[in-house]
Amino acid sequence: MSTQSSRATARLMLSPTVILLLIWMIVPLALTLWFSTQRYNLLYPDRQGFNDFANYTRFIATPAFTAAIINTLVLVLGVLVITVVLGILIALLIDQPLWGQGPVRILVISPFFIMPPVAALIWKNMFMNPTNGLFAEAAKYLGLPPFDFLGAAPLASIILIVAWQWLPFATLILLTALQSLSSEELEAAEMDGAPPVKRFWYIMLPHLARSITVVVLIQTIFLMGIFGEILVTTNGGPGSASTTLPFLIYKEALLDFDAGTAAAGGVVAVIIANIVAIFLMRAIGKNLDA
Amino acid sequence: MGQITLKQVRKSFGDVHVIPGVDLRIEEGEFVVFVGPSGCGKSTLLRLIAGLEDTTSGTIEIDGKDATYLPPAKRGLAMVFQSYALYPHMSVRKNIAFPLKMAGLDQAEIDRKVEGAAKVLNLNSYLDRRPGQLSGGQRQRVAIGRAIVRSPQAFLFDEPLSNLDAALRVNMRLEISELHQKLKTTMIYVTHDQVEAMTMADKIVVLQAGRIEQVGTPMELYKTPANVFVAGFIGSPKMNLIAGAEAAKHGATTIGIRPEHVQVSATSGLWQGRVGVSEHLGSDTFLHVTTDMGLLNVRAGGDVALYHGDTVWLTPDLAHLHRFDAKGLAIR
Repeated sequence: MSTQSSRATARLMLSPTVILLLIWMIVPLALTLWFSTQRYNLLYPDRQGFNDFANYTRFIATPAFTAAIINTLVLVLGVLVITVVLGILIALLIDQPLWGQGPVRILVISPFFIMPPVAALIWKNMFMNPTNGLFAEAAKYLGLPPFDFLGAAPLASIILIVAWQWLPFATLILLTALQSLSSEELEAAEMDGAPPVKRFWYIMLPHLARSITVVVLIQTIFLMGIFGEILVTTNGGPGSASTTLPFLIYKEALLDFDAGTAAAGGVVAVIIANIVAIFLMRAIGKNLDA
Repeated sequence: MGQITLKQVRKSFGDVHVIPGVDLRIEEGEFVVFVGPSGCGKSTLLRLIAGLEDTTSGTIEIDGKDATYLPPAKRGLAMVFQSYALYPHMSVRKNIAFPLKMAGLDQAEIDRKVEGAAKVLNLNSYLDRRPGQLSGGQRQRVAIGRAIVRSPQAFLFDEPLSNLDAALRVNMRLEISELHQKLKTTMIYVTHDQVEAMTMADKIVVLQAGRIEQVGTPMELYKTPANVFVAGFIGSPKMNLIAGAEAAKHGATTIGIRPEHVQVSATSGLWQGRVGVSEHLGSDTFLHVTTDMGLLNVRAGGDVALYHGDTVWLTPDLAHLHRFDAKGLAIR
């Protein structure tokens, strides 16, 4: 694969895909950048033209802006912590030889197959509803007042729902990593006098480091864009208690019909996502090196 | 220090009786080799001694104390695994220090012991590397280093050389033997390679299907094999085993004669045969001779000018003839 002609052929063969992907990325990005500098409100089609970056200042000055950034980060971080910690524990559990291992593993993975809005609605109506939900029933049975999850703790409830959806993903990746750990290594540690907790800490956890990194990076990308679950449960509220950056952009574009400001919000979101990515790669990127 | 006794040790996995009952006494400071074909239960027996498998019944005593139900860490044994089982994310230094750290020694003591072990095994210049950056032989030495820092009662080796190439294997064989001379600690070594067993062992335990076929020094096994299995397993090239009329002449069901105890002549002798493959090694010549009794291995001198297709006569040295009865046991 390394004669000059074969390399040239390879480039030629690759180029259609590369060019297509480039266009696919560049065109929407360029359009967004363009709109973000323009007066572009669907309610006032006559007002057009450059507006001195007023879209950006307006978006950042939105009362919900700071809350949206904090909520986005809390959502991402909360879901990451829950999925990684529980994912490791569940992976450890279903890695044990137990009766009905196959069905158990499929059941554990199943939440991942449910569409996000459907999952969110199930949680909202069947579990978290303060009058009809199962949690309310359980509370009543225990003689406690029912808790209005989505009203009193909207962000925490959404974190719970999203974590439930992403837990299978983390579990699956961590389980495969766990299965690739050689049993002789664990036996050697056992002979060396390491009790189970220390075997986990010194042998299993370092072995899992790379997979945990993969889980964190992939989930961060997807979690920054969580939208459907918020739309069907709290609609960003009460107030802006569960408004995230994507939801704020949605509000600007489709509730206030201000495409220009929404585009500016999109650019801000891209910048923030990149800042988060840089921090993440600095913090845990070295785990990906062989 | 380091005396291990097995009493009626049995191990079953479900209905499969891997070890149907073993009695064995391993003396202090001995180099004992468990040898047998693959699947004979030798590794299982080692893992039972290590405590990595639970015994189904029977007792294991270490230094006169019942250790049957002790966890592996409490038995004072160290093990070297076939895959070396080094911790890939730790440096060589940390790998060797790991058992000491688990034992809760202070850092100065750990450093001193790690340096000591590294010196014995010539690992000083690799201490800060990761296992992934070492060659097979070096990894093997690190695994041994991790075992010796603990000053165990006994070392357990589970086919430690099978992942090395042939030249390195000979070297490591010498190094392990030398280590045993230096440390004088009990060592139990599992292998399927009878050359390793013969060259390293003070005492060889030949296993087949979980049963001990014979226990003895390498020379005892070579000179007086207790049964047909041991006779055929120990020695390279293999002993010739002949059944039928020729055996009946000697009052046995099977007779055995080692390749070096057969005289070859191009003119006259007891059995006539035709040379098949002849392997000229310079020091020796191994002839595979087809006779009426089947294929016989013969070891002749280095200068024997016999080649494929030649007719030869073979004469066994009757003083070195082994006779076995119908049950395969040696007749003495």
